[in-house]
Amino acid sequence: MSRLEFDAAVAPRSVEAQLTVADGETVALIGPNGAGKSTILGVVAGLVAPTSGTVRLGGRDLTTVPPHRRQTALLAQDPLLFPHMTALENVAFGPTARGVSRAAARSAARRWLHETGVGDLAEHKPHQLSGGQAQRVAVARALAAEPQLLLLDEPMAALDVAVTPALRQTLRTVLADQTAVIVTHDALDALLLADRVVVIDEGRVVETGPTADVLARPRSPFAARIAGLNFVTGQWDGDAVTTPSFVLAGKPPDPSLRVGAPAVAVFSPGAVRVDQSPASASTNTITATITDVEPLGDRVRLRTLAGTVPVVAEIRPTQAANLDLTLGSQVVCSVDETEVTIYDLPS
Amino acid sequence: MSSQSAFEGRVGLPRWLFVPAAVGAAFVLLPLVAMVSRVSWPQLTTLVTSEAALDALWLSLRTSTVSTALCLVLGVPMAAVLARTQFPGQGIVRSLVLLPLVIPPVVSGLALLYTFGRRGLLGHTLDVLGIQVAFSSAAVVMAQTFVALPFLVISVEGALRTAGQRYETVAATLGASPGMVFRRVTLPLVGPGLLSGTVLAFARSLGEFGATITFAGSMQGRTSTLPIQIYLERVADPDAAVALSLVLVVVAVAVIGFAGHRRGVL
Repeated sequence: MSRLEFDAAVAPRSVEAQLTVADGETVALIGPNGAGKSTILGVVAGLVAPTSGTVRLGGRDLTTVPPHRRQTALLAQDPLLFPHMTALENVAFGPTARGVSRAAARSAARRWLHETGVGDLAEHKPHQLSGGQAQRVAVARALAAEPQLLLLDEPMAALDVAVTPALRQTLRTVLADQTAVIVTHDALDALLLADRVVVIDEGRVVETGPTADVLARPRSPFAARIAGLNFVTGQWDGDAVTTPSFVLAGKPPDPSLRVGAPAVAVFSPGAVRVDQSPASASTNTITATITDVEPLGDRVRLRTLAGTVPVVAEIRPTQAANLDLTLGSQVVCSVDETEVTIYDLPS
Repeated sequence: MSSQSAFEGRVGLPRWLFVPAAVGAAFVLLPLVAMVSRVSWPQLTTLVTSEAALDALWLSLRTSTVSTALCLVLGVPMAAVLARTQFPGQGIVRSLVLLPLVIPPVVSGLALLYTFGRRGLLGHTLDVLGIQVAFSSAAVVMAQTFVALPFLVISVEGALRTAGQRYETVAATLGASPGMVFRRVTLPLVGPGLLSGTVLAFARSLGEFGATITFAGSMQGRTSTLPIQIYLERVADPDAAVALSLVLVVVAVAVIGFAGHRRGVL
């Protein structure tokens, strides 16, 4: 059993969070930069002392246990392979530290290098490896230590985009039965690697749930951003969500949503139509100011601001050609009612 | 990396800069040339193999090796504590530990004498235990260690700070005890700094004169090291002094040459 129960605070960094990870489960921690995700990993690994609270792993109270007796291997953005050792020696380091014999440690290291797809690089020194290869060796090294809990701090953030898909697949395989916490900024990482998502903002847990649910019905602006959805909060007036600047109707929400209760409307940027002036007096039109224009594959992404509410639209280049896309100019965004999902927002 | 080095060396130095640089180089090299030119080559073998000369050379190599070993045993832990821990008054402790770098060696010798000499701070205690340190080979080693230790501490501490603690952190989360981290990660990472510190400490020990003659005296075979022997011979037998100086220069060049195998060590 290696269930993690985290309930601790680090006052100087304004972090105060409570979360659990079930045995064999992988949880993704997502949240804006500086939200406290890495601090939480640091507390679990024993590298940051909590000012109050406890950390328990597999029923064992870790709060005062030094890092090397916690069995919580940490994998960071930077592979940090020991530069004076070969790949094999790096991976054998954890087993050796556990007191395994040299021969057994080396054979375990070979097995893990093979598992992570770099078995043929065993005798290479870190400076002879590419970034992706080095990170694979680092994954093998972390797993070879046989941690009860694996901590991954944005393990693919420093890698070339060309090599991340393959490494993501490798992680998906090796994390299958491993209790793990992964800090990520990527919805795909969360979907493919994690069973559950915990959203952290300003040091607090603001949202948690199964990955698919959180990405489909985010309840925090950050989760919506990760999921790539527009996220508009307002009040449910019985027919639509009202905000100071506009009104959004959508698919009928759950009947339990009371009139006057805080509610959220989410819709995909691809469902937004953009015109120079109101085409018709239809509902769900939002007058907004263009704040940013950027290319996005075969689409153009427009970031706009309606009052204080950001609305993102992704339109075809042919459509964009008919618009005045000067920053600061006004456009009218409209979205079909059938494209808008409305649900309650717990306060 | 390669794209950077392609542009290296394209921005020249101002031409006038080469003049003081050449003067400086000449200033360092000319005295060596002058000394070598005074060596009486036919007598060289006899001079450097005289009993006094061999005694001094042997004593110098022996004491410098022992004091370098002592510097390692004491200096590496000192550097580790200074680089990796925080305690009140640490800055003052660091300054005091490095003091022998800046105080005149003869003052160091006096300080040692008033600590370990017969009438020194610890002298009486040592006397009761039947240990007499001053004016012995042990005193030579102590004088050399005293002045050479800061060189080792400063090199290793700098290397530790540059290396940072990131690798050590990873090693700890992989289950390595502090002892294993120090042995298998910290020490190998600071290898070049450790080697350069060791070479500097050995060279400083080999050249030690002022503290040694003050604290240990100049008895042939026991406390008269090569620099002291050279100093003593320089009036009575200048040829012998020059010949021994040549030996010291050759040993020093050999030490630096050995260390120079690893580039950037010194």
